[in-house]
Amino acid sequence: MTSKALEASTAAAHTGTPPHPLAEFWSDFTANAGAVAGLFVIVALILSALFADLIAPHSPVLTNNQVFLKPPFWQEGGSLNFPLGTDAIGRDILSRLIHGARLSLLIGIAVVTLSVAAGTILGLVAGFFRGVTDITIMRLMDITLTLPSLLLAIVIVAILGPGLMNAMLAVAIVLLPHYVRIVRAAVITEVSKDYVTAAKVAGAGPLRLMFKEVLPNCVAPLIVQATLGISTAILDAAALGFLGLGAQPPLPEWGTMLADAREFVLRAWWVVTLPGIAIFVTVLAFNLLGDGLRDALDPKLKR
Amino acid sequence: MLRFILTRVSLVVPTFIGITLLVFVLIRLIPGDPIETMAGERGIDPVRHEQMRKEYGFDQPVLVQYGYYLARLVRGDLGRSIVTHEPVISEFTTLFPATVELGVCAMLFALCFGLPAGIVAAVRRNSIFDHGVMGVALTGYSMPIFWWGLLLILLFSVQLGLTPVSGRIAVQYFIEPVTGFLLIDTIIAGDWGAFRSALSHLILPMIVLGTVPLAVIARMTRSAMLEVLGEDYIRTARAKGLPTFRVIAIHALRNALIPVVTVIGLQVGVLFTGAILTETIFSWPGVGKWLIEGINRRDYPVLQGGTLMIGAIVMIVNLLVDVAYGLINPRIRHTR
Amino acid sequence: MNRSILLAAVCASALVAAPAASAKTLIFCSEGSPENFYPGVNTTGTSFDGAEPIYNRIVEFERGGTKVVPGLAEKWTISEDGKVYTFNLRRGVKWHSTSRSFKPTRDFNADDILFSIERQWKEEHPYFKVTSSNHSYFADMGMPKLLKSVEKVDDYTVKITLNQPEAPFLSDLAMPFAAIQSKEYADAMLKARTPEKIDQDPIGTGPFYLLQYQKDAVIRYRAFPAFWGGKAKIDDLIYSITPDASVRWAKLQKNECHVMPYPNPADLDAIRKDPNVQIMEQAGLNVGYLAFQTTKKPFDDVRVRKAISMAIDKKAIIDAVYLSSGVAAKNPIPPSQWSYNDSVKDDPLDPAAAKKLLAEAGYPNGLETDLWAMPVQRPYNPNARRIAELMQADLAKIGVKAAIKSFEWGEYRKRLQEGEHQMGMLGWTGDNGDPDNFLHTLLGCDSAKSASGANIAKFCHKPFDDLVVKAKTVSDQAERTRLYEQAQVIFKEQAPWFTIAHAVQLKPMRRNVIDFKLSPFGRHIFYGVDIKE
Repeated sequence: MTSKALEASTAAAHTGTPPHPLAEFWSDFTANAGAVAGLFVIVALILSALFADLIAPHSPVLTNNQVFLKPPFWQEGGSLNFPLGTDAIGRDILSRLIHGARLSLLIGIAVVTLSVAAGTILGLVAGFFRGVTDITIMRLMDITLTLPSLLLAIVIVAILGPGLMNAMLAVAIVLLPHYVRIVRAAVITEVSKDYVTAAKVAGAGPLRLMFKEVLPNCVAPLIVQATLGISTAILDAAALGFLGLGAQPPLPEWGTMLADAREFVLRAWWVVTLPGIAIFVTVLAFNLLGDGLRDALDPKLKR
Repeated sequence: MLRFILTRVSLVVPTFIGITLLVFVLIRLIPGDPIETMAGERGIDPVRHEQMRKEYGFDQPVLVQYGYYLARLVRGDLGRSIVTHEPVISEFTTLFPATVELGVCAMLFALCFGLPAGIVAAVRRNSIFDHGVMGVALTGYSMPIFWWGLLLILLFSVQLGLTPVSGRIAVQYFIEPVTGFLLIDTIIAGDWGAFRSALSHLILPMIVLGTVPLAVIARMTRSAMLEVLGEDYIRTARAKGLPTFRVIAIHALRNALIPVVTVIGLQVGVLFTGAILTETIFSWPGVGKWLIEGINRRDYPVLQGGTLMIGAIVMIVNLLVDVAYGLINPRIRHTR
Repeated sequence: MNRSILLAAVCASALVAAPAASAKTLIFCSEGSPENFYPGVNTTGTSFDGAEPIYNRIVEFERGGTKVVPGLAEKWTISEDGKVYTFNLRRGVKWHSTSRSFKPTRDFNADDILFSIERQWKEEHPYFKVTSSNHSYFADMGMPKLLKSVEKVDDYTVKITLNQPEAPFLSDLAMPFAAIQSKEYADAMLKARTPEKIDQDPIGTGPFYLLQYQKDAVIRYRAFPAFWGGKAKIDDLIYSITPDASVRWAKLQKNECHVMPYPNPADLDAIRKDPNVQIMEQAGLNVGYLAFQTTKKPFDDVRVRKAISMAIDKKAIIDAVYLSSGVAAKNPIPPSQWSYNDSVKDDPLDPAAAKKLLAEAGYPNGLETDLWAMPVQRPYNPNARRIAELMQADLAKIGVKAAIKSFEWGEYRKRLQEGEHQMGMLGWTGDNGDPDNFLHTLLGCDSAKSASGANIAKFCHKPFDDLVVKAKTVSDQAERTRLYEQAQVIFKEQAPWFTIAHAVQLKPMRRNVIDFKLSPFGRHIFYGVDIKE
């Protein structure tokens, strides 16, 4: 066939411009009802976090000696003034939950950002340079993975002292190996491919190779794992808070609220149940979002 | 095959040494003097404080202490608890069976419900059942495990009175510990009342601990089955006219189980983490609770010994899983 | 329920081959595992409870009180100068024969007392280092400096000579650390090169012997039929170890235990309403306080101390945090302690007057200070953090900015004793039922200067100190009472502490538990307790 004929047939094959990748992604994503629901919840959480001071009816930290342990409004003794009841020293639970959204989102995003950033760098270095560097890094990651994650986090917090920042650092360290592994595996696969060899031949240095050529191709699985990582981070930080090692009172972090409330489990169920529901809904939303992202981004599942 | 096993084992040794060093250093970094912690409000005479420090070896530099520690470790001596003065290894072996019993039952629970759920969900893709199973699985690993435990206790033990509130067995039953696994020991003793009591005490903690592995196994099985079911050889088998059940059970399942086996291995580490929280909530006398108390009391030998033992066990399990995986999947054996 | 207990008891007794018709079992939901079974090296109430049924002491505290009554000594005489104590020992006291590696061949005699004391006293003693060399209470009560000699006069007479008169000495001997162990057993185990067995497989002369200990799960005791005081009314005593207070309450409701300690203040309403449960209450021998560092600005000025004391709402703290498990404290000793001076008046809640006092002292615009709170729950303080938050809010109203600080429990007391703080919370549980244990130990000059003491207010006030030091040496109780009452008046004037509360000891138990007496020390004594089935 002549080149003209080839051109003509290829021209005939196009019905129009192919859809923009973002639009294609969006339509795949929205096909998943769960993922959309998750997205809505997260947007709602972000809004409450941003506008907490405006939305919350009371201050989350001011104590009120008159209203210890009031039940939610639908129970006898409750009032709409404190719609979800009050805790042991008279703080409104609804306001604390709303302000707590701020903390939980902060925890999730900060921990994952830190973990992903550090993990990416370590993974790139390990995957590119191989040899002793690779072995050392991977041994360290293996050790971190072998020790039960909560135990390691508890020891780290015990060293640094209880507090929100230290708890976040501990959880970030515990999550690190996952990202290192993903990035390293992706790097090793990509590095053997032709385009990288071509770039190397063309004279690209290792830094340029790492960040401009290889990294963009690892982004997809990273995004999915990062979103799922947010939910793990929130759960782990809440576990530390529950054990009294995370955010300290009077910070309205949901896990810490559960720790304080454990002694009231038989007498004031709302102090125990409601923060747990908040954690659950948030984590579920992020998991749904992560699943939706994975389904939309992963070409293998596109059949 | 042998070379494969040896390579795997040789990787384990440096990791183990790394763990001992890391654990030792980390725990020494924890602030708070164990001797002062024991003294409470009364405090302790500085002269006696020094005496105690010498006795425990805390007055030496850290690396020297580490050296002594390794030397004793090689002989199987993990030291003595600062609080109870009992050998760490004997405390561990007393408490460990409780954790293992709980973990094994939780894993069985996860497998019994997770595997079939995942398989059926894959076979009936996009049906109500599929969405239901995936929904439940997603819920399962989105919940904070400590809250889930508290809720179950509130519902089943307090409100409904169906299950006991805590512990491993009703105190009235005096069972001589033979294996340490109450379910087995009660059978050996022939005491059916005790067996039923032990079982009823296991139910809630087992469910709470097994929820996350169940969810993960269900999802993993489903996605592995989906991949396998889309393969050509399955289409061929169906085209040959084999009954669906045979296709699934024999051809698909065997290949789908391979990644699931690795997942099961990984879940062992998750189970220890979950055990810490579950044991705290259900007052289950296992190593999770022991370690938390050790941290609170700054009981260094307990922390070091316990973490080391758990790390060692997780490593051995992973090693076994790797070898099993190599046995099942010949491709893995021959690469490197 | 009763039938299955009966069935289990019969099966259990068949297993241990001991005849028992129908065994009465009492189950105590204990809050934790004991450290070990040698009270000489223990420091926690939980451990003392574990060893309590097994051992006896030379003298004992009466059941439910702090008065010293005969124990293994039938009677004693004290010399004129208060330095020589002669004890006449009981005869025919039998040892438990349940150790797996030893069978006693003789009754209790003076050798056992010498052994038990020398083991903790003489560093060269072969048993000094066994299990642990940290004999905390022996050292803390000042025994090494106090004891001059302990002699065996004959098999049933012991003479103890002190270096100086010490009025609380008899009370000290009734404390758990002074438990008497068997010298014969000790010698046999030393010969067998397994000395730690006497602490791990213990025998004593007490009303119960140890049957089984499963760490973190259960401790089983059985009544010792040959106990010198007569066999206990119950046959089997079981400690079911349950660390969570809500779970203990749930078990009590379902009759899975009969007595429980340390209920959640939040559950108290429900506990009081349950018709099958009774609660015994008694103000415990303890005090929780906020100490002012009296040697540092601004709290070296008594006016500032008084101002703060008038600004904090004590009642709100008790209502919010102690709930019904605390009573307001005005004196450094609790009301159940003899020599308590009820005529002392507490500082009123008066923020306006407080502000005026502050201005007088030179702080018209308020001041800044720290406020230390401990990170752990203590018997005299259920939640120091929460109390600190409430105090902070109260103090802000008079212009005092308090920054809440906390440290690891192991660091906390040490730093307080070094005087790093300006205001710090702590407390005390009485050891021996003597006012000296509070007033001299916590507020005397000796203790202010020592690094291991407990006088975190660094309070060293001559008139007060003179009174409490004199009361230590006088043996007439009426005279001592007078001295201590005067000391409490001075204490209120000087206000080195803001006394917060005395924790009330609350013990919920099933109604069929008969004749349980609350120990002021928070001990759980089950000899003399009966259960109606």
